[in-house]
Amino acid sequence: MVVRTLAFRGAALASSRTQLDTLARPAGWPTFDDRMAAAGLGPLHATGIDVFQINVGKFCNQTCRHCHVDAGPDRKEQMSRETAEHCMRAFAQTDIPTLDITGGAPELNENFRWLVTEARALGRHVMDRCNLSILLLKPQQGLAEFLAEHRVEVVASLPYFRPTQADAQRGEGIFDKSVEALQKLNALGYGREGSGLVLNLVHNPVGAFLPPAQKSIEAQYRRELARQFDITFNNLYTITNMPISRFLEFLLDSGNFEGYMERIANAFNPAAAQAVMCRNTISVGWEGTLYDCDFNQMLELPVSTGPAPHVRDFDAAALARRRIVTANHCYGCTAGAGSSCGGAVA
Amino acid sequence: MDTYYHPQDLGKFSDMGKANPELWEKFMAYYGAVFAEGALTAREKALIALGVSHAVQCPYCIDAYTQASLEQGSNIEEMTEAVHVACAIRGGASLVHGVQMRNVAGKLSM
Repeated sequence: MVVRTLAFRGAALASSRTQLDTLARPAGWPTFDDRMAAAGLGPLHATGIDVFQINVGKFCNQTCRHCHVDAGPDRKEQMSRETAEHCMRAFAQTDIPTLDITGGAPELNENFRWLVTEARALGRHVMDRCNLSILLLKPQQGLAEFLAEHRVEVVASLPYFRPTQADAQRGEGIFDKSVEALQKLNALGYGREGSGLVLNLVHNPVGAFLPPAQKSIEAQYRRELARQFDITFNNLYTITNMPISRFLEFLLDSGNFEGYMERIANAFNPAAAQAVMCRNTISVGWEGTLYDCDFNQMLELPVSTGPAPHVRDFDAAALARRRIVTANHCYGCTAGAGSSCGGAVA
Repeated sequence: MDTYYHPQDLGKFSDMGKANPELWEKFMAYYGAVFAEGALTAREKALIALGVSHAVQCPYCIDAYTQASLEQGSNIEEMTEAVHVACAIRGGASLVHGVQMRNVAGKLSM
């Protein structure tokens, strides 16, 4: 099945406003803000900034069916060098320990290697959210070696350890490419004991259901990937599919929208709500706007600190205590064991 | 009532506690303990439950344990095998009663 981006098709759901309106129609479940208030947890505030996450753009070599970014080969939004420099200036003036680079396929941005090099020169930890197949593209030759040389943590998407499920979500043939890329990373020392090169995998459900217990599915991945492909990795993170963008379209088209929203609302976990990643993350969009998280970024819900918060005016102190902007999609991060870019939180 | 089974009735399961909360609570405490991680994993138990759901042909249970199996990380191949296990036991149970048929026929026949 060939997937095109919502933007390419001119679909109504390409608009963040349409997505928010769809999510604002609760049927049989309370709004997220009401649920938080009932649990004595709202409104949420930041606890600090431990992760500076940059989304460098929507350009990607894949078009996954669940993508919350609506990324794909036709997307032209890319962070400019000027905005990347604003990011590094802001990052350098803080002691935030981690730079987390995402996309799209972040490596396709022409400033990717510059961002990595600059952040490493500052002595900070760098994470690359990698779709794996990018490591095999001819124009990207030497990318895996570059990541290893700069000791970048690779956080790689692999929704399942079998091709049927992985390809259903990420596209025909992607599983085989992912395996080849993982073997390449392993050969460089990634995910191998004692190398210090960290390779973490990301599992997210291939459908309208919640992810399994992280430790349980991690054990399955470890056993199956080692047995079938001699692949090793450090940790596996489970991430819940967020009911926005292309996954929202899937939910609506398959008649699963109400059931899924009910599922994640009923599975609301106060412990997960207290530990959500937006409380210690700042997310920068490709054009420099500041957001609480990558999901709010895609819904065009900027941080609450001002009318047009931009990375060039980065105020770490004000951002570290900001009120978090929430809406019904936030149920995706508070269901069950919770969900974040670093996996389960509770 | 156009059909005895309605999907939304699964959500009303707890109504069974209304006329006798004590028995309901005992059942649910037992039920929860059965499905907790133990000598068998929660994933293995969900797969067993899925197979049994087909053996007892309970549409509510099939709905619930299909979702539960997926949420425990099982895949469609594993779940299909669980259904075949139920099918084999049901089929085998019929077939093994053929021995009774043979016993009776043997006794009655010359």
